[in-house]
Amino acid sequence: MDPAPLLDISGLCVSFRTDRGLVRAVQDVSLQVRAGETLAIVGESGSGKSVTALSILRLLGEAGRVDAGRIVFDGEDLLALEDRAIRAIRGDRIAMIFQEPMSSLNPVLTIGMQVAEPIRLHRNAPWKDAYERAGELLERVRIPDAAGRLGDYPHQLSGGMRQRVMIAMALACRPRLIIADEPTTALDVTVQAQILELLKELTRQANSALILITHDLGVVARYADRVAVMYAGSIVETAPARALYAAPAHPYTRGLMASIPSIDGAIGARLPTIDGQPPDLARLPPGCAFALRCPHVFETCRATPPALMEAGTAGHLRACHLDADAAGAAVQERT
Amino acid sequence: MQAYIVRRLLALAPTLFFASLIVFISMRLIPGDVIDLMLAQNDIATGQDRAKIEAALGLDQPVYLQYFRWIGGVLQGDLGVSLWRNVPVADQLWATLPITFELGFLALIVALTVALPIGVYSAMRQDTAGDYVARSFSLLMLAVPGFWLGTLVMVFPSVWWRWAPELEYTPFFEDPLKNLAHMIVPAILLGLSMSAVTMRMTRTMMLEVLRQDYIRTARAKGVGEALLVARHALRNGLIPVVTLIGLQAPLLIGGAVIFEQIFVVPGMGLLLLEAVFQRDYPVVSGVFLVVGVGVLLINLAVDVSYGWLDPKVRHQ
Ligand SMILES: Nc1ncnc2c1ncn2[C@@H]1O[C@H](COP(=O)(O)OP(=O)(O)OP(=O)(O)O)[C@@H](O)[C@H]1O
Ligand code: SF4
Ligand SMILES: [Mg+2]
Repeated sequence: MDPAPLLDISGLCVSFRTDRGLVRAVQDVSLQVRAGETLAIVGESGSGKSVTALSILRLLGEAGRVDAGRIVFDGEDLLALEDRAIRAIRGDRIAMIFQEPMSSLNPVLTIGMQVAEPIRLHRNAPWKDAYERAGELLERVRIPDAAGRLGDYPHQLSGGMRQRVMIAMALACRPRLIIADEPTTALDVTVQAQILELLKELTRQANSALILITHDLGVVARYADRVAVMYAGSIVETAPARALYAAPAHPYTRGLMASIPSIDGAIGARLPTIDGQPPDLARLPPGCAFALRCPHVFETCRATPPALMEAGTAGHLRACHLDADAAGAAVQERT
Repeated sequence: MQAYIVRRLLALAPTLFFASLIVFISMRLIPGDVIDLMLAQNDIATGQDRAKIEAALGLDQPVYLQYFRWIGGVLQGDLGVSLWRNVPVADQLWATLPITFELGFLALIVALTVALPIGVYSAMRQDTAGDYVARSFSLLMLAVPGFWLGTLVMVFPSVWWRWAPELEYTPFFEDPLKNLAHMIVPAILLGLSMSAVTMRMTRTMMLEVLRQDYIRTARAKGVGEALLVARHALRNGLIPVVTLIGLQAPLLIGGAVIFEQIFVVPGMGLLLLEAVFQRDYPVVSGVFLVVGVGVLLINLAVDVSYGWLDPKVRHQ
């Protein structure tokens, strides 16, 4: 069988206490990421991608609570660790890249300082050595005249350059896992591909695993080994990237794919919209969360939530009551 | 930076000019004038005496001429002579300014040492008991008028413990300890009254900053709470707080007037109060001129410190 995965999330449930009541942002999510592998998480806005990612490093903040589940990284249960121990992992063995390069860097600190900081923290390196290494890192992310820019402040850099700085920062301690939460959504379409190529190339070189959260199905096809599709806080389908594209098994995934012109289409193609709205996470329906928008909905869907189950090939799971044959037929009909 | 400071100083000139004009004119609008007071004091009340004194003091001329004579003198470094004491105004200012400066400086230190740590603590522990205590304290400080607090400190300890604050002024360079023993009570009271707003502002700004994306980035790098505040949050949070301190400068001076009177500190506040009651126009104008320059210089210092706190400003 497989060796133990690098990251093993099982049965993760996260909720937020809000004025509207308890928002169940993530329900019973299980994910595995193997060393060196790239896992893409896709789904509409609000489907729980960021919350899942933030839970791994325990960065949810005061309002969010993990109600159930385990997150095992490299043999350690992250949710059970002392604060000090999780801090030792953050930025060292697991690094994170955020969506907004404009606001994710500290405006009053030089980029050299910000890239050097994790090296200083986790390697206990003197500032001088950490800065030197920061210079090398900025060069690796292809910032022109890297050494000369260590003293620059974030406002002196463009969005794309800042995201390069974020990548340099994430790579600083050669993490085993990098979580990139929509790293290019805020960038110009022309810059998006460059940044993703860079991220992919550098994670491959460092043999880091990558969790790539994205809205963009083109990105998934091009960069991911495995894909998890999230809807309303749950994983509705997960498969090796090829298998998913060859035979999407969940009506939601199919809806998403139906409107992309071609799989290797341009990067920057957003998730096409499917009619209707995702359900309110504070008032989830009793059955399948997709029932209100699903073209194949039938009685069972409204009463019982579907569980993730094998759908044809190995490692391809989906959560849908529709039987496999009928699902295939439905695809035929639509195309 | 130097060019910037010079430019700022030049820009101060028109502001100062208008400020002096307003002070000069408004003094004449206060009912009752200096001659009435002098006559009343000396029990002489004939129209002839009045005209004589007016002419001697130069008050028989139209107000605008008086103003130009005054401003002409100021430009040559001559602030005129007190109407009552026959002492140059400049001498009186030189004697009192350092005392008020010391009071203000001590008060500022008190205000910052109280406001910043408590404000930061309050923000880090939002909605805990400690936060509520800190916020209630600052509300209390906001609500209690300074003169009332000063009077309490004067009266109650002496009734309860037969202890009263020192009321005798000793110059700092004669005996620093004795000087501080006198100044510390008004400085603490003035500082506390300033700290209320500063503390609330620090708390609000820190809460705002702690919500920012770059704080999450720092956490994701493994930065611990203490470093998070010291390195990542405080400087961002302080930018608006520094503005507030600049805005509070006039309040500080207003507070100095009150506390100097209660604690008999022979500073500029006391000088001003006396001069206003006596309608000693040149002294009042002189004090306001110094206050005006002082406030503008404080604001200049605030601007300069922005450059240090905020790299965006530095690069403009
Ligand atoms: N701090 C919070 N307080 C309350 N609710 C929250 C908070 N953070 C997230 N949520 C809720 O959790 C749900 C999932 O949010 P999440 O940020 O994970 O979505 P996402 O899939 O990352 O979407 P996007 O593509 O827009 O980034 C949302 O419906 C949101 O309302
Ligand atoms: S369970 Fe039913 S409603 Fe849900 S996706 Fe499958 S067919 Fe559609
Ligand atoms: Mg998100």
